[in-house]
Amino acid sequence: MLWACLLLPHLALDGVCRRRPDAHVPLLLLEGRPPRRVVRDLTPAAARAGVRVGMPLAAAQALLPGVAHVDHDVRETQRLRDLLVAWAYRYSSMVALEGEDALLLEVGASLGLFGPWPRLERALRQELTALGIAHRIAAAPTPLGAAVLAAHADGTAVQAPQALRRALCAVPLAHARLPMDDVEALARMGVRMLRQVTALPRASLARRFGPALLDHLDRLCGDAPDPRELYRPPDLFEARIELAYEAHSHEALLFPLRRLTADLAAYVAARAGGVQRFRVWLEHEDHAPTVFEVGLLTPARDPASLLEFARGRLERCAVPAPVRGLGVQAPELPTFVPAARDLFDARPPEAMDWNALRERLRARLGEDALHQLAPFADARPECAQRRVVRLPHEPAPLQVPLRPTWLLPRPVPLRDAHVRLLAGPERIEAGWWDGGDVRRDYWVVETGQGQRAWVYCAAGERGPWMLHGWFA
Amino acid sequence: MDPAVALDGVLRDPRIWRGRAQGAPARSPHPSGVDALDAALPQGGWPAAALTEILLAADGLGEWSLLLPTLAALTQAGRPVVAVAPPYLPYLPALQARGLRAAQFHVVEAQPVDALWAMEQCLRAGACAAVLGWPLRADDRALRRLQLAAETGSTLAFAFRPLDAARNPSPAALRLALDADRHGPRLRVLKCRGGTTPPRALPYVPAVWT
Repeated sequence: MLWACLLLPHLALDGVCRRRPDAHVPLLLLEGRPPRRVVRDLTPAAARAGVRVGMPLAAAQALLPGVAHVDHDVRETQRLRDLLVAWAYRYSSMVALEGEDALLLEVGASLGLFGPWPRLERALRQELTALGIAHRIAAAPTPLGAAVLAAHADGTAVQAPQALRRALCAVPLAHARLPMDDVEALARMGVRMLRQVTALPRASLARRFGPALLDHLDRLCGDAPDPRELYRPPDLFEARIELAYEAHSHEALLFPLRRLTADLAAYVAARAGGVQRFRVWLEHEDHAPTVFEVGLLTPARDPASLLEFARGRLERCAVPAPVRGLGVQAPELPTFVPAARDLFDARPPEAMDWNALRERLRARLGEDALHQLAPFADARPECAQRRVVRLPHEPAPLQVPLRPTWLLPRPVPLRDAHVRLLAGPERIEAGWWDGGDVRRDYWVVETGQGQRAWVYCAAGERGPWMLHGWFA
Repeated sequence: MDPAVALDGVLRDPRIWRGRAQGAPARSPHPSGVDALDAALPQGGWPAAALTEILLAADGLGEWSLLLPTLAALTQAGRPVVAVAPPYLPYLPALQARGLRAAQFHVVEAQPVDALWAMEQCLRAGACAAVLGWPLRADDRALRRLQLAAETGSTLAFAFRPLDAARNPSPAALRLALDADRHGPRLRVLKCRGGTTPPRALPYVPAVWT
C-alpha cells in the first residue's frame, strides 16, 4: 500500500478566498467570540504587514488599518472538506480524512492508471491549485507516516518501510501529529525529535505516557495496523456561495457561478458520472429566492459547458432584487457516457458534436426552441403534426392525399381575383369530438402570381377562400 | 487536417485555373432536385461547404422542391438537417412523402436577432448536414458570416430571401432567383462561383406540383 497525504494547512482561509475575486488583498480569518477575537489564519499580504496567527483583532487592525476580516465558519469549512474528499475520490477508491486538515488517499492501486507517483502528484497539485487550495503532499507506506511527512517536508515520497523509518528520523516531534500535551511533556524531557522517542525503551515510555503514544508510533512506522474509515460518495451535489456584496447584474454573478459549476463538474467527474438536471437558486435580501432549472438532453460533466448552460439560463431569467447568495443543487447524477469520436476524425477544429450544439441552442433560445416534428393521426391538417423535443425513431408517415410542404400556422383569407382551381375538392370533416369541429373543402389552386396554394372554403361552397398552405 | 488532402482539395477547387485541362472539376456530392440546374452548375450540384442563396419572388413557387431530394438523401444517411426560424410550419405529411426522415429533421424557433446567431452556430458546429434559414434583414456582413461559418463547419447552408435582395451583392457561393411568369416558375442563376451563369432562365417544375 502507498498512502498519499494531502495536507491542507489553510483550508478555512482558502474557502473564504475562493469566494473573493481578488486574492491579493490582506484578509484575516478570525476565531473566537467578538470581544476576544484572534487571528486564526491570514493571507500572505497580511503576513507581510506583520500580522501573526494568534494576534488579537485589535492588534492586527493597528498594523493594518481597515483590513478585511471574516469570522471562521466551521460548517463552511466542513462543506469544502467534503467537496475535496469527493474530488479526491476520483484518484482512489480509498479516501479518508485525517484530523481536520488532511486527506489520505491509498494510491498504490491507482498508480497503474494515473502513471508513476510523480505524475500523479503533479496532477493532484495542478487540480488543487486550480481549485484555489493551498496544499502539501507526501507519500508513504503508512497513512500516518504520509501525514507526518507532508507536514515536515512537502513533496517527500518514500515507498519502502525502511525508507519511511529513515525519513521519520529527521522529523521534529511538533510535526508528528501527537497530542500537544505529549509533545510538550517530551520537550521538557529534552526529547524534540522523533528518532529520540523511538530510541527510548518502550516499557518506560508506555508507563509515562500511556499505551496511546506507543500505538501512535507503531502506526506511524507500520508496525501496527491502521484501519481508516473510508469515504463513500453520496448521490447528491449541493453547494452554495454567500456573496460579500450585493450583485445587481448578471455579470457580477458569473464569477461565483463559475466556481459552483466547476465544483459540480469536479464532483461528478470523481464519480465517473455526469449531471443531467441541476437547479440554481439566487438568494435575495427580502424576496423569495429565484430558482431556475438547467436541464440537459444528455448527461454532461465538462465544466465549461456546464457554465455555459447555466449562464444561458441565468441571462434569460429576470432577477427581481439584488442577489446575496447563490447555490447549485443536483439531485440526480446519472452515469456519463462520453461521446465516441473517430480516431482519424477529419472534422474542423471548432466542430462540436450534435448534442453539444443542441445544448448551446437551448441554453440561449429556451428549452423548447429546438424541436422536432412528429406525425399525428388526425384528419385535420393543423393537428396532423406535433412538436416533440426528441424523436427516438423514425415515425411512420401518415397515409394522406396530396399535402402542401408549408402549412400556415393560422389560415388567412386569400385575396386574389385570379385564382385558378387545379384539383379538389377534398372534404375534411372532423374534430367533433374535441370541440375543434371543422367542415371544409380543400382545393389546390394557382394564384395570380403563379404560386400553388392549398385553400379551403366552407363545405359545398366555392369561396371565400382561406389560405392554409403552400406547395413549395 | 492532412496536408495531402488539403492540397487535393485546393487543386479541385473550381476557382483554380490550370494551364492544361485536368478533367472536370470535382462533382458536388449534393445534386439538386432539378436536372437542368445541375447541368448549369459547374459542380453539378449544390456547392458543398458554402452558402447558397435562394431569392424568392413569392412563397409557394417550389422552394422546398429544390432542396427536398438533397435533404431526403442527407436525412436518410442519418445526418441532421436544421431549419432555423422558418416562416411557416414545415408540413411533415408532405415532407415525409418526399423522403425526408422526420427523426433527423430539426426546427429551431428564434426571434430574427437570434435566428442569425442560431444559423451561424449550426453551421460552424459542423454537426449538421444542412442548415436552412430565412434571414429577413440580413446585410452583407451577416451573409459573409454565414458563408464563413458554412466553410468552417463544412456544412450546406441555404438562405431564403426576398427577390428584392438581388440588387445587392452577396458573398454567397451560389445565388438563385425563383419567380414565375405566365408559363410557370422560372429559375435563374444570378451567380455561381467557379462557373459562368447561364444567360437564360431554367425550366423548372416543382416536384411537389406533379
